[in-house]
This record gives sequence, C-alpha cells and structure tokens, in this order.
Amino acid sequence: MSTTVVLYLITYLAMAAFVLAVAARFVKIFRMPLHLRWELYPVAHEMGNKAKYGGSKLEEVDWWTKEEGKSRINELKAMIPEMTFLVLLYEQNRKLWYRSFPFHFGLYILSGMLALLGLGAVCELYGVTIAAAGTSVGSVIYYLTKLAAIAGLFLASFGAVGLLQMRLGDANLRGYTSPATIFNLLFFLLVFIVAWLTLLFADPTFDLTRAYVQNLLTFNLSAPVGSALLGLEILLAVVLIAYIPMTHMAHFFLKWFTWHKIRWDDEPNRIGGAIEQKIIEQVQYPVSWSAPHINADGKKNWLDIATEEIEKK
Amino acid sequence: MNPSVKVEEISKPADPLSHVDPRDLPILPKPYDDAEKIPAWKPLSDKAKGEYESSLDDTIALSIRKPASKEEEERLIRQFLDGLEKLFSRENNWTFLQPMTLSMENCAKCQTCAEACHIYEMSGHNEIYRPTYRAEVLRRLYYKYLKPGGALFSKWLHGDIELNWTTIARLAELSYRCNLCRRCAQTCPLGLDNGLITHDLRKLFSQEMGIYAKELHDNGSMLQLRVGSSTGMNPLVVKDNIEFIDEDTSERTGIPIQTPWDVEGADVLLIHNAGEIMAWPENHGAFATIFEAAGIRWTLSSESQEALGYDNINYGLFYDDVMLAKVAVKHAKAAKKLGVKKIVLGECGHAHKALTVIADRVLTGELNIPRESAMALLKEIVFSGKIKFDPSRNDFPVTLHDPCNMVRLMGIVQPQREILQLLCPQFREMTPHGVDNYCCGGGSGFAIMSGHNFEDWRMHVSGRKKMEQILHAFHDELDPSIRKYVCAPCSNCKGQMRDLIKYYDMWNQCGISYGGLVELIVNAMADAQPGYIEWGLF
Ligand code: SF4
Ligand code: SF4
Repeated sequence: MSTTVVLYLITYLAMAAFVLAVAARFVKIFRMPLHLRWELYPVAHEMGNKAKYGGSKLEEVDWWTKEEGKSRINELKAMIPEMTFLVLLYEQNRKLWYRSFPFHFGLYILSGMLALLGLGAVCELYGVTIAAAGTSVGSVIYYLTKLAAIAGLFLASFGAVGLLQMRLGDANLRGYTSPATIFNLLFFLLVFIVAWLTLLFADPTFDLTRAYVQNLLTFNLSAPVGSALLGLEILLAVVLIAYIPMTHMAHFFLKWFTWHKIRWDDEPNRIGGAIEQKIIEQVQYPVSWSAPHINADGKKNWLDIATEEIEKK
Repeated sequence: MNPSVKVEEISKPADPLSHVDPRDLPILPKPYDDAEKIPAWKPLSDKAKGEYESSLDDTIALSIRKPASKEEEERLIRQFLDGLEKLFSRENNWTFLQPMTLSMENCAKCQTCAEACHIYEMSGHNEIYRPTYRAEVLRRLYYKYLKPGGALFSKWLHGDIELNWTTIARLAELSYRCNLCRRCAQTCPLGLDNGLITHDLRKLFSQEMGIYAKELHDNGSMLQLRVGSSTGMNPLVVKDNIEFIDEDTSERTGIPIQTPWDVEGADVLLIHNAGEIMAWPENHGAFATIFEAAGIRWTLSSESQEALGYDNINYGLFYDDVMLAKVAVKHAKAAKKLGVKKIVLGECGHAHKALTVIADRVLTGELNIPRESAMALLKEIVFSGKIKFDPSRNDFPVTLHDPCNMVRLMGIVQPQREILQLLCPQFREMTPHGVDNYCCGGGSGFAIMSGHNFEDWRMHVSGRKKMEQILHAFHDELDPSIRKYVCAPCSNCKGQMRDLIKYYDMWNQCGISYGGLVELIVNAMADAQPGYIEWGLF
C-alpha cells in the first residue's frame, strides 16, 4: 500500500474516531441517571430581569401555580456571547482570557476554514473553479479560505504560545500542570507551525489541500497529495482532531451538559410527570454503601433505606 | 504557612501539611487592623493531637481517631477505595453521578475559580484551601484507581498521587474546610463545581466509612430522627417553649398571639429551624405576630416520630444523601398528615434548599407537597396593605447578608431586599451581594461546629471575608454609639454572625448587632409597641 493511500485511510479513521469519541462521551453522560437538582443562579432562561440579577420563580408566592415561563431569548443572550467570546473567563480571569480567547477563536475560524475547503472541493466537482481569478463564487471561496487560514492560524498560534508561556511561568498554574497538558499545547503548536510552513511554501493557494479533500469525498485514494509537507500537516492535524475528544478538551461539547443539565436545570418535579417517573425508577436502585448508619445490604433499594426507621436508642 | 505545598504532598509526612498562621491572614478593616489586638488562636492541645488525625493544618473538624495498627490502616484504605468506586456508580450515587463525572473529567486546571473562594483568599492564599486542591487530589485518585490503565498513565496524564492513610485522613479533614457555598462554581468557565466535589467527598466519608462531623450526624440528623429535633426538644418541650414565646411576644408588642398547633387543612404549615425557638425566640414571636396580623391560616406541627414537623433542619444536605432523604421524607409526611396546602420554610437557608430544591427529586406522589420560602410570603404580606408600618422605627443602619443556599443556590434574591428597602430607611447593600455574595463562613454546618479550636479557624479564616464585608458596609458609622443591624434571614448564618460578633466584640467596639428579617418587620409595625428589637444581648 502506498504512503498516500495510508494517509487517506488514516484521515478517514481519524474522522471516524473523532465522531465516535464525541458520541461515546456524549452518550455516556447523557445516559447517566437524572440527578438531584443542583442549579446555580443566575439561571439564564429565567424571565425578564430575573435572568440578570439571578432571581427565580421561587421568589413568588404559590410559584407552582404560575405558568412555567422560560425565556429562550434570555438563554441565547447568555449562551452566544459565552460560546463566542468566553465572557466568563473575560470577567473572572483576564490574564488567561488574553491567551485563551485567541486560541479558541482561532480554532473556530480554522473549523470554518475546513468547511470552506469542503465547500470549495464540492464546487470544483461541479465545475466551479476556485481561484483568485475564478468566477465570482470561486474567487470568494478562494479568498475566504485563505483569509480564514491566516487569521485562524495567527490567533490560534498566538494563543497557544501564550497558554504555554502561562502554564510554564505562572506559579498559580504550575502545580496543576501535568506533562500531558504541556504535551497537548506542544502538539497544537506543532500542528500550527507545520501549517504555517505549508501555507507559505507548499500550498499557498490551497489547491493541493482542496484536491485532497475532493479525493477524500470521491474516494480517489490513489491521487497524490502533491507535497510532503502538506502530507505531514494532514497527518498531524487529523491525529490531533481525533485526540481532542478523548481528553479534557472534550469540554467544547460537554459544556452543554454543565450548563443546560446542571446549572440551569431548574425543572420542577410534577406529580405524574416524566421527572417523577424517573425518580420512581431510580429509587429502586440497590444501595451498598457500607457505613453502619446506612444499614444497606446491597439488596435494599433507595426507597427502602430512605423510609426505614433508625434504631431509637 | 507553606505557600507552595503541592497536590502530591498530601500523602507525605509533615506535621502539619500547612500551618495557618494568623499573621499570614489579610489585615481586617479598622478597628481590627492591628493583628495583635484580635483574639488569639488557641493551639490544639497535645492530647487532641495525640488522639486524633491533625496533620492537615492547625485545627480539627472531625476528630478522626488514629488507626491503632498497620492492618487497620490497610483496611481503611480498602474501604476508601470501595467508597470511591461507589461514588461513581449509577446505583450508589445516581443522585449526583452526572455532575460529579463532568466535574471530575473536564477541569482545565485554569484556576479561575480560586480567587472566588473566600477561604482561599482570606487564608492568605493558603494552597491547601484552594478550591481545586482537594478536587485535584480526588481527581488523581479517580484516574489512578478507577480508570483503565490508571496505574500506568495517570501520573503522566493527571499528575502524581500516592494513596495512604495520611492522604485519606487529610482529605477527610480538607472536605471540612469548604463552606459548599459554590461561589467558585459560579466563576468556572466550563461550568464545573469544586463545591460539589467537596460535597461528594463528604458523602464518601460518611456513607462508606462512617466519618462525619458529630455535630452534623450524631447531634444533628440522628438526634432529629430520634426525638424530632436536633435541639433535643420533644413535642412537649417545644410546645412549652412556644407557649412561653407567645406570652412574651404578646407582652412586648401589645398584640395578643397564640400559635396554632396541628391544625388540619391549614393553608400554611410553618416549619422553623428549631434552633430559632431555643436561641432566637423573638424570631418565632415575630412570625406569629405577622401571620396573625395578616390573617394567614397557619399552623405548626408537633410531629416527631413518623414525621418531622417542627424542625426544618436537614444536615444530610451537607454530608450524606441517605440522611438527607430520610429527613426530607419525614418533613413531607408532616405536611401530608395535616393535609395543609403548603409548607412555608422559616428563616433557614439550608432547610430552604434541602426541602424545596434538592428533595424535589426525592419526593413523589402525595409527598410532593408544595414548598415555599418565607421570604416570598413575607413580601406578599408586607406589600398587601394588611399591616400598617412605621419605617422610622427602623431608622438605623441595616445591611443584608445573603444566605448562599437561599440566594445563589435558589435564586431568592429580591423579596427580602424589597422589604428592607420599604421598612429600613438606612438600608445599604454589602459589596458584593445577591447571587455574588460571600458565605458567612458558617455554611455547610460550620456554624454549629466548634470542637477543639475549630471555632478559631471559623472566626479567623472562613468568617473573615464576611467580617470584612460587614465592616465595609458600616464603614462610615463604626462608632459604637450608633446601633447597626446585620439582617441574616437564616439560622445557620445567624449562628455564625452571633459568634463573629462575640468573638471580635463587635457590639462593644462597633455597635454591630444582628438578627433576622421578621424582627425588623415587627419592629416597624405601627400597631405594635415600639422596640421589638433588643440590642446588644451578647
Ligand atoms: S474548576 Fe473550572 S475554573 Fe477551576 S480550575 Fe477547573 S476549569 Fe478552571
Ligand atoms: S464552595 Fe465556597 S468555600 Fe468551597 S471552595 Fe468553593 S468558594 Fe470555597
């Protein structure tokens, strides 16, 4: 098997690994039992001003008789700036934000660049030339791809260097930085450095990269990559992409749970409702905690234990 | 203090791991800015050090007896590992498995949460009190002992840790150096929660190893389940006390009241933290006066066995899910027995959260009786026009403490403020306040924990930020001749306020007193004789 074919296969495998790892972690967390309420205010979907000052429906007399209003607009008002600009980090840890924001925003732009490469590859399949002097659509995609690559790489590289410098230099972080954390940042940096070199010396027009994407889409696995440097960049980048969801960096999607399923989960349990049904199932789980006051034997369930009288001395 | 103690050093011999030297702590505002003049920290006795595990810092919260032999140590280590496994199992920890796993597996170790913690800040940034310190110890153990390949890779991936008895004993103590206020969680850019990690650590120790604070368990939950109240009051005693309170209050206000007991079908079952009845009788007196004046159909319950009717505390919230569930079920049963329309929780933050929010996913069917905060009902009464007020009777500086459980963790922010804004002409906020407030330092059960020299730690370290906030709120009027009032609508917080004021002699030195919200309401009732608030009873 030629090296080129191997590279194509690794790319497919890495993409599959990424999707599977994301799905596996998502499903693992998603299928965990319904937990007790543990909300933390402000809760963004509260109505009106409550979302701002951190109020809840529990401020109202007979709150359970009132309509259960949730403001999706308020929720979006909190979510979009948080996802895009890392507002919480900006407010709470400015020093880190100066590094973390460009890093993350750069990665968002680079993800956009991948989408543009895909779009360009598909367009070319339909006869649209993607080039500086191509059709208007072709030249827009050409320039946008290049712009996204340069801007994304610039921001992400700046952020990665900054994060590495802070990890190594900040006494506050040092004791909490494992070798793997440093490895992860170096891995990102390596991918970015090779990307810069590829951009400058091997594929400044993205024609080779676009052709590679097109070959992936059409399963044309014998087509040459056209540049060893590009081949190296592809290899490093896809391995990194597959690696991310296996680490704590999976926070890019698990954050959905920490907000929607914990901090903002204020859904009350209504008699006869779905939450009640789940609780009724879960209190059937057997308990095997060993402390004497629990009085568990691995057979009694939560309901038995919670309703059992204690020994009255 | 050892400013650079590392996570892995928790398992290394050192006595203690880090000192808490009062000279390292941030200077308090005037008149407490001279470190020499503030009360001295009582050192641990040699006897305590000899008998109990005390190698963490310079205090003891749990009184864990030292293992008698190597074999016992080994057994305890195995027990800890069993507990760790159970903490991450569906069956044994369905109550918090999802949030715990998320907090365990996704921390970026960015330390954004550190500065939000009043204990870390006011200990002079003592490393062992950093919110992530204990979380990181647990995280490393989790990856090393529960995850496949942990023994091989976890050191490289997550950092080194050794599990021995010293690690366990220190970790147990360390789980009682956090107020579970979750202020740190509010600042985490990934939505993770070091307060929850501490909470679940406490559960592991209690539910698996029987290690807990005796004030919370033996004298708290267990006593409550045995006699009806953690105060030890049985129904006869509580009724007797309430009768006395009714008489005394009627005399003081000139408004006759008689507390109704066990009224079937009442609109409101009021449940106090029974500590109010013992330590702050004026609190119940004020509730009764307000409810009677507003024409509320209310009752107290004298249930003490199959149901718990007159003490809303639920210390399980702080350390043990099983105890939490047992007590919550019995609270609901008291309401069900009387067939009341709703339970109203008196001025007790943790009871609010335990019964309204946490137990919401414990109580099903006919036990799911509506629960409401007294803050909401009081606001409705005060603004209903049913009672006439004379705010000039409250014309002294007042500030408000926001109990974490009620405010940050339940979103009950405004009702109490609106009442104070209406009835207290000199009301001023603390900075910060509302959901950004700081814990009083007595949260998570600390307010009732004073064994050995733990009170010194509570007064010097965990309560220091609140002390600073109070002094700032009244900074322009610290003259002791000006009476000032810290309104703390929560029994635990009030306990901490009382202790802080006594410890630092704040009444005599600054004229600072404290109390609940209802006392201020009755103090401003135009139809009551003036002077409901009694000052300086310390
Ligand atoms: S808990 Fe959150 S804020 Fe604290 S170190 Fe971890 S990721 Fe950062
Ligand atoms: S929960 Fe509160 S006391 Fe505990 S670590 Fe967080 S901020 Fe500090």
